[in-house]
Amino acid sequence: MKPNTLSQSSLLRVENVTKRFGGVTAVGNVTFSVELGQIVGLIGPNGAGKTTLFNCVTGLGLPEEGNIYFGDSETLLNRLDPDQIVAAGVARTFQTIRLFKHMSVLENVMVGAHSKTRSGILGALLRPRWVLVEEKKLVSRAHQLLHFFGLDHKSYEIARNLSYGHQRKLEIARALASQPKLLLLDEPAAGMNPKEKEELLDLIRTIRKSGVTILLIEHDMKVIMPISDHVVVLDYGKKIAEGKPKDIQRNPEVIEAYLGTGTYPSHA
Amino acid sequence: MRKNREDTRRGAPLWAPDLIRRRRPGRHRGPPLQLKNGIYCGFIILAAFLIPLVDRNAYHIDVLVTAGIFMMLALGLNVIVGSAGILNLGYAALFAIGSYTYALANIHLHIPFWVGLWISAFSAAFFGMILAFPALRLSGDYIAMVTLGTGEIVRIVLNNLDPITGGPNGLLGIDHPAFGIAGYNFGVRSEPYYYLVLGLVILIVVVLKRIESSRLGRAWLALREDELAASCMGINPVWAKLSAFGIGGFIAGIAGAVFASKQGTVSPDSFDFVVSVMVLAMVVLGGLGNIAGAMLGALVLSLLPELLRGFDLYRMLLFGFAMIVMMLFRPQGILGEIHYQEEFENKLLKRESGAKL
Repeated sequence: MKPNTLSQSSLLRVENVTKRFGGVTAVGNVTFSVELGQIVGLIGPNGAGKTTLFNCVTGLGLPEEGNIYFGDSETLLNRLDPDQIVAAGVARTFQTIRLFKHMSVLENVMVGAHSKTRSGILGALLRPRWVLVEEKKLVSRAHQLLHFFGLDHKSYEIARNLSYGHQRKLEIARALASQPKLLLLDEPAAGMNPKEKEELLDLIRTIRKSGVTILLIEHDMKVIMPISDHVVVLDYGKKIAEGKPKDIQRNPEVIEAYLGTGTYPSHA
Repeated sequence: MRKNREDTRRGAPLWAPDLIRRRRPGRHRGPPLQLKNGIYCGFIILAAFLIPLVDRNAYHIDVLVTAGIFMMLALGLNVIVGSAGILNLGYAALFAIGSYTYALANIHLHIPFWVGLWISAFSAAFFGMILAFPALRLSGDYIAMVTLGTGEIVRIVLNNLDPITGGPNGLLGIDHPAFGIAGYNFGVRSEPYYYLVLGLVILIVVVLKRIESSRLGRAWLALREDELAASCMGINPVWAKLSAFGIGGFIAGIAGAVFASKQGTVSPDSFDFVVSVMVLAMVVLGGLGNIAGAMLGALVLSLLPELLRGFDLYRMLLFGFAMIVMMLFRPQGILGEIHYQEEFENKLLKRESGAKL
């Protein structure tokens, strides 16, 4: 493995991060960085530690070793709580959909913007002008976001009633409501049909164009290869390769991790 | 459109929940539905206002005052259990703290009711937040056990701290509310308390409705639905839980002060574990997370034992039986889960306002 060159313009820098669960090292000494404005794919076979790494970045799990830096101001993410990390500009979606099932679609997106709004108990009680304005802006922004994802006609539906593909999209909309600089997508295309996947790719490209950097976990090579600028490959918690999608596709170590060595165990 | 409507009906109750006025932010707020709900609310308040003028039976009014106090408690607990989704089995402790705060402030410092009311509210809110602290790190059943424990601790302390709380005998000679300097004293009649409780319940409902449709209300719901996802959306769970306990405590404090001033005496056995369970049963019976439901649950569970008095010894048996039947046929509570209902209401709203989405 060649030494990693960490440039100063990177938005997210993961440095020597190690996360253990008891004796199992879920993520071991992983280092990589996400450049501003890129779409970075994080791939690897099942159990490679991709989601664990996401959890470390979003404050759901404290890494035992290593540091995670974010933004120009070099915020150390692994000292912050999840809600502070959102406020700093990192939003995420979940592999298993975790919407607020019994709230309306609109309310889901409005909750997503929690860190961007200020009103508290007194604001709710007295309803001064700024609170009303804030609420109004929030609603119209939520509608805009839903419109972008083609969900506006479902605004008042209960989230649970949406179809699977729509729920996936709503997760992304909810994460975007916090106006993040970095968006972490955990298998956004899981369970989608080829047509939906194609749509999703277009959406992700548009999101990137609007100035959001994206770190993406995905299994499906057909999804990850056309969209990523840079791909990081994990296997058994270790980074085994990193580079342009084209090179990754030809990397023998990656092929081995995904397909095995092709040698039949002959000790009979 | 037709297919759509059927989809949403599947989980929705069959009756139209018109009684509940739900503020919807945004441009799709349907004026006709709101007006209709406003008129219903007006009628209910007017009817409530007229009851003591029509019904001169002091016993009836007295029962209604007790029901009103329980209504406040149910509304307060609904914030903690229904909205924020934290099972609290020690709510009577906050009620007790409200009562004793007013009792002590009035007996020792001669603080009048109208001031003592707010002192009680704030002190119960404060204790509510203290009670929340051990609960912050826990979830689910464990919170229930901790709140159960703290609830009992408060009652046992009141029972044993004789020099301050008077022990099992409690505190006597608490002033009834009065107006002006020489003026009108509430005394032991029920009507003035009835109007006091009515006013306070209306005030609390207005406050809770406002919070429900605010950023804080949404944060509570999100916390209840999925704490982990909520924190990943920028909600600070500590802030959300503390504010739920604080507001729940505040309301319990108000109820406690009214209770103490009406009784003229407080003693620890009024704040038994059974009271916590009873208030919880009211919230669950009415429909978790539903403001109107909590009030209806409180009314039903306060009036039912009185209505069943004719059955003498079998009263409590029938009461229990009624609750079991209720839970068998409507496990989501009388007014149902708020969200099913909203779902239905939104359909109504869209149809009536003819809003194109």
